[in-house]
Amino acid sequence: MIEIKNLHATVDGKEILKGIDLTINPGEVHAIMGPNGSGKSTLSYVLAGREGYEITEGSVSFFGKDLLEMEPEERAAAGLFLAFQYPVEIPGVANTTFLKSALNAIRKQRGEPELDAMQFLKLVREKTKALSMTDEMLKRAVNVGFSGGEKKRNETLQMAVLQPKFAILDETDSGLDIDALKIVAEGVNALRSPERSMLVITHYQRLLDYIVPDHVHVLAFGKIQRSGGKELALELEKNGYAEFGVNEAA
Amino acid sequence: MATTTLTKAPRGYDPAAAKPFLEQFDRVKDGLPGAGLSWLNDLRSQGHHRFAALGLPTVKNESWRYTNLRALDKLAFQPAAGTGDTVRFDVLPTVRTDGTTGPRLVFVDGRFRAELSSTAGLPAGVELLNLADALARKPDLVAEHLGRIAAPDDQPLVALNTAFLADGPVLHVPRGVTVEETIELVFVSVGSEAQPTAFHPRGLIVAEAESRAVIVEHHVGLGSCTTLSNGVTEVFVGEGALVHHYKVQREHAESFHLSHTAAKVAGKGVYDNFILTIGAKLSRNEVNSVLDGEEGDTHVSGAYMVRGGQHVDTTTFIDHAKPCCTSREVYKGVIDDQARAVFQGKIIVRPNAQKTDGYQQNRALLLSDTAEIDAKPELEIYADDVKCSHGATVGELDDDQLFYLRARGIDKAAARGLLIGAFLSEALGEIAEESVRDAFQSYVADWQNAR
Repeated sequence: MIEIKNLHATVDGKEILKGIDLTINPGEVHAIMGPNGSGKSTLSYVLAGREGYEITEGSVSFFGKDLLEMEPEERAAAGLFLAFQYPVEIPGVANTTFLKSALNAIRKQRGEPELDAMQFLKLVREKTKALSMTDEMLKRAVNVGFSGGEKKRNETLQMAVLQPKFAILDETDSGLDIDALKIVAEGVNALRSPERSMLVITHYQRLLDYIVPDHVHVLAFGKIQRSGGKELALELEKNGYAEFGVNEAA
Repeated sequence: MATTTLTKAPRGYDPAAAKPFLEQFDRVKDGLPGAGLSWLNDLRSQGHHRFAALGLPTVKNESWRYTNLRALDKLAFQPAAGTGDTVRFDVLPTVRTDGTTGPRLVFVDGRFRAELSSTAGLPAGVELLNLADALARKPDLVAEHLGRIAAPDDQPLVALNTAFLADGPVLHVPRGVTVEETIELVFVSVGSEAQPTAFHPRGLIVAEAESRAVIVEHHVGLGSCTTLSNGVTEVFVGEGALVHHYKVQREHAESFHLSHTAAKVAGKGVYDNFILTIGAKLSRNEVNSVLDGEEGDTHVSGAYMVRGGQHVDTTTFIDHAKPCCTSREVYKGVIDDQARAVFQGKIIVRPNAQKTDGYQQNRALLLSDTAEIDAKPELEIYADDVKCSHGATVGELDDDQLFYLRARGIDKAAARGLLIGAFLSEALGEIAEESVRDAFQSYVADWQNAR
């Protein structure tokens, strides 16, 4: 599904990613763990196509296509989804308007018929209910006045509506209490399928109690230092990142 | 008629620039409506004298520092014939979406067109006339109000309008009457291939005590001839009356649009003004509102969207002359390409105007590196128990928001459109009438789609 080869990226002239290699097959859930500043968020932004990140070396193939040549909206239409660590607030744009624009933009790019207001409302109501979200949250401006938990639930709702093939969850657990974490994790787990893959980026093991990964990778100093199964997360929880030369207390 | 000429004009004015206009005055004055009325002759003559003395404002005048009218000087405008016989209208602009026609006056190049106008739907006693008819049918009403609040003394363009005033809408709503139907005033600029033409529409709105009316002005242009619309509207809001006065200016790229709206609000009266500016090469909307009775309220808001080489100027003056009044201003502007916007907002609180509550904000969004805004908010407060605040901000589209939308599949142009629409929504939200708000929102969308 996605094949990252020797990916190097710089931000403001500083090299952050120093050769990432990662292959994710359909239906797999991979977790990337790592200390702060290791390049986790950079990787997610590079994959989603954010401006300001210069790829200096390497390639990313998404369903056989060159992902790095695509605009962010083309990546979304191709099935890539980034659940943001810090979802932005957009005053003046109602959540439903945004969701409908996004869904129909993607459907249009894929050559599928757009949904009318009634079809859309039916779909979105069904999804919000599963995530314990209220109609009122749909009417409000995108993320404006949302708590940390509500923002993450909103990201999960978007994922449920847009049905991506590959979802990157960028520190979805940050700013969540345990109840919110459970709801979001349930929402994400409901989206797991043999056709859909996920890349869960997290600092702590806690989230991985709820979204159990097939593979765990340790990212430090811009490179994947070690890969393993879900037990690697538990090991990191116990020992920290010290063995990778990281002093987190510093 | 004797012409007064000052040997030395006040600083900031150019009397020489008045000459082409003044030369026309002697040619046309006898043919103007109401030319036999001595009070009207006096008023026109007063305007003529003041304009001759002042001329056109220049950038040396503080209130015209950012808007240069030199182009007018060079164009040698001739008075518009206003016949527009070759004009064909498919659909006149309207905020009505149900296909009906409500009360409406149509002016082409400043002159009334009866065959396109209608007074259907007005309650008994309400008069909606063009100035020539009003001078014949309601001369006392016109004489009592015309030139009372838009005085030509230190306003050269008001003086020019007063000298040439020929036609325009006159609305009289008697005491206690509510006009349910929205009154639409349509001003079409057509001009002439032969030469640049000028017209000076003069409007008068008199809302007696406890009356209510909703007025929408549409200013549109047909063709591409160079025109100058120099309009003045005077609005009298009686005790406890409510006047919603909305305007949209969508003239074409070769037109000049100058307008001065002066309102006087009696005790507990409400004057609510909103102007959407999209068109014209150069436009300036001046709105003055005097809160002249206790517990009066004025809302003076708007939105402007300009691109290419357009220049748009919004200049407001709110005069808190009496205690316990409120004023609110919310302006939002979107400026693209090399366009330039000017916002000047002055609030004055007179010494006895205690318990004044004034609020003003102007926010601008620059869409290109070459777009420009000059903002000058001013507060002048002479009372001590007041609440007055103002804010002016200038920003660009937020990259984080743009990326968020694009990451969800919305292309760059659509994402920008959503964010621009969101930015303007706060100002458009000031429009209390839903049908007007919807229509204005569709004009905003048209502007975005025209890219």
